[in-house]
Amino acid sequence: MSSSTSADLPAAIGDPEGPPAVVLSGITKRFPGVVANSDVHLSVRVGEVHALCGENGAGKSTLMKILYGMQQPDEGTIDVAGERVHFRTPADAIKVGIGMVHQHFMLADNLTVQENVVLGAEALHGIGGKARKRILELAGRTGLSVDPGVLVERLGVADRQRVEILKVLYRGAKVIILDEPTAVLVPQEVDELFATLRGMQEQGFTFLFISHKLDEVRAIADSVTVIRRGTTVGTADPKAVSSRQLAEMMVGSELPSPETRESTVTDREVLRVEGLALVAQEGTRPVLDGIDLVVRSGEVVGIAGVEGNGQTELVETIMGMRRASAGHVVLVDAEGNAKDLVKLGTLARREAGIGYVPEDRHRQGLLLTQPLWANRILGYQTRRPTAKGAWLDIAGAKQDTQRIVEEFDVRTPGIDVAAAALSGGNQQKLVVGRELSGDPVLLIASHPTRGVDVGAQALIWDEIKRARAAGLAVLLISADLDELIGLSDTIKVMLRGRLVADADPNTVTPEDLGSAMTGAGSTSDAVAALDTPVDEEGER
Amino acid sequence: MGKLRGNLLPPALAILFSALLCGIALVVSGANPLRAFGAMVSQVGEGTTAVDIVNSTGVYYIAALAVAIGFQMNLFNIGVEGQYRVAAVVAAVFGGSVALPPGIHALAIILVAAVTGALWAAIPAILKVTRGVNEVISTIMMNGLALGLAAYLIRADVFGELRGNNIRTPEIPSSGWVPGIPLGSSGTVFGLVFLAAALGIGYWVMMNRTRFGFELRASGESSTAAAAGGVSAKKMILVAMLLSGAIAGLVSMPEILGRDHTYNLNFPAGIGFSGIAVALLGRNHPGGIALGALLWAFLDKSGLALDNVGVSREIVTIMQGAIVLSVVVAYEVVRRYELAAEQRRVGRQLGTVEPVGGAA
Repeated sequence: MSSSTSADLPAAIGDPEGPPAVVLSGITKRFPGVVANSDVHLSVRVGEVHALCGENGAGKSTLMKILYGMQQPDEGTIDVAGERVHFRTPADAIKVGIGMVHQHFMLADNLTVQENVVLGAEALHGIGGKARKRILELAGRTGLSVDPGVLVERLGVADRQRVEILKVLYRGAKVIILDEPTAVLVPQEVDELFATLRGMQEQGFTFLFISHKLDEVRAIADSVTVIRRGTTVGTADPKAVSSRQLAEMMVGSELPSPETRESTVTDREVLRVEGLALVAQEGTRPVLDGIDLVVRSGEVVGIAGVEGNGQTELVETIMGMRRASAGHVVLVDAEGNAKDLVKLGTLARREAGIGYVPEDRHRQGLLLTQPLWANRILGYQTRRPTAKGAWLDIAGAKQDTQRIVEEFDVRTPGIDVAAAALSGGNQQKLVVGRELSGDPVLLIASHPTRGVDVGAQALIWDEIKRARAAGLAVLLISADLDELIGLSDTIKVMLRGRLVADADPNTVTPEDLGSAMTGAGSTSDAVAALDTPVDEEGER
Repeated sequence: MGKLRGNLLPPALAILFSALLCGIALVVSGANPLRAFGAMVSQVGEGTTAVDIVNSTGVYYIAALAVAIGFQMNLFNIGVEGQYRVAAVVAAVFGGSVALPPGIHALAIILVAAVTGALWAAIPAILKVTRGVNEVISTIMMNGLALGLAAYLIRADVFGELRGNNIRTPEIPSSGWVPGIPLGSSGTVFGLVFLAAALGIGYWVMMNRTRFGFELRASGESSTAAAAGGVSAKKMILVAMLLSGAIAGLVSMPEILGRDHTYNLNFPAGIGFSGIAVALLGRNHPGGIALGALLWAFLDKSGLALDNVGVSREIVTIMQGAIVLSVVVAYEVVRRYELAAEQRRVGRQLGTVEPVGGAA
């Protein structure tokens, strides 16, 4: 197989016996006042999958930006296939066969697969039949089986990712950087991706695989380089070390676990969602359909699902940011008074005792240019300690922000800096701290630890566990199945706007959940489909 | 310190840059820029210029506040021009046709002007909230309508009366006047200049100390974050637009109640557009707007002296345009620089290695 395709590959880069595909030596990159990379060494052999591991903020992204020509190193050298190169722009990197697949897809939904692939590379094979032929040729390698004329908006996440890979192949990449490619995939799709990578590896492609999911790294990588605090800690054979050892190389300490100790579930219902439905803004397509859900005091109810199956809409409908077309959202406050919230606005629902950690802290959680204390007011502008009647209580807000900064270990020089100046993990700690203040009875947490470092993740998990032990009801939405299984007392699987199955977090595996999430049907006793008669579902 | 520098440096640079630009334009056209600028400065001491500048500052200030309220939540109210014009006609007609005790009469006129301005602004606001019509387009069109409506309302066979070559609304009786501060031959400072100052203080308090102001700024910065925080974007659009319109309605009050006592064909035009420039210059801050309004008034009134030294006074318009353009650019440059600087500073204090911000 490899011999038939070697004609496409530059001779030097395609030869496993030749010099390494990429060598970075002594890379140092300073930004005014900080050193993002210092003396980084990385050597990637031809035809291997080389994983780059490290916490968020460890300097992986900067390093990859340097390798992809988006930034220039202050010191150090890059050799590709034994030749010294200097990249000024990504175009230079593409020219020598380095391509990058970004974590967040850079595709235009309203264009076809072919148009997306050709966009910006029209000079290679034109935009017509020749380009199409080339795309079909390459598509096989990525496992993409859709017609190039299909609109990208019709594709699922896994196929979109294949289109991204196709894009870099089309531009002639032989070394492909994958930035956290599995973050958006369910386990089955991860397996498919890995199969694709292995197939392409046999054809002589080289991969740089950025991830902090250690099990995946161990499953796919031929070698792994760990980066910590801007510098490479070392390179290891992933078959020879355990995930735990790798993690300790990454953080220099023990790995946190989302595992909750003992159940604190009570029989007091806090949130009861009955028959909740939502139709799409345009038209009558149901986005949520007959959602029934109960969250009790001291209970964490996790919602599993492939993104785009209605989790976002469920949360926003419960929060009142979208208007339900049918159904009830009943909240029971600490005194036991039940109240139907379905007609109320978001602010009234918050005042009734719901804390809300939104899925996107930049767009929904924070006012980025405002100081931290002003962010403390957001969502609490009608309540003490941040407001008195129609007036803001700025002193109170500042004082309480200081409390959050201390209790939640928000690393900041002060509460007057703009929220944008904090790192992702510290921003998220601030948001979680804010949403746990004011004695909420229910916390809705959407992807509470997405894109935060291990330290912040552990702290956020601890705080959620602590609040749960104190009687808080939690509705948790997460794409991180380990987090979901570890934290939840009950897991419900969401598919196409409906809750389709229950899973027991004590026995379910990520793989079981994954197949339930894709609608493939459960293969395990731990996942019980909800199509059974009502009386068999213990909780209603 | 750093904050003050960030706020003052851009406009200072912008003014300097535009002065330079105008200087070059003057040299190219064969005039002596130093002599021209000198004439403008010395003009301040002549006749009623100083008082005119103060009065004009007050008017620009009110217009700019109206625009700034919209800016605070990303609404571009270009319709201040039309709002103040309609409000002026309606208030003048109202003032000239009722008899009320002194003081109350003036207050009632001011109230009518504010309400009229708000109602005129309500049309684009409702269109935006219910139909998603872009307020820039609708307010521009409302400006055209306002011109026509004002012209119709002051026709002799409607509410107006013919006086010589001029058409005007019936004169407001003296019970509706707001007395100024007479300074002899230097002129009279409008009493309602103090209304402008009071509005500025009220604006600051509202924006910085009240829940409403916080919600307004939050929606302006990020409508998604505001929505998650329980702020209704539609309500904010409606209220901000009405408030902006109400203040816009007051723009003509200092002149009508302090000097003209009527709305006539010589009514000044373009104040609403100047207000946009002044609000940009002052960066929506009440203090900054005051300085911006003062600068604008100075350029307007002192520019008259340019004719005396044989320089076309349109050079002032060039200068005003150059100031606005360069100040917008300068603010953006400084804003980006300062954000990067703050991120670096935080990074340094915490000893993290990566430039922070967002997920890696």
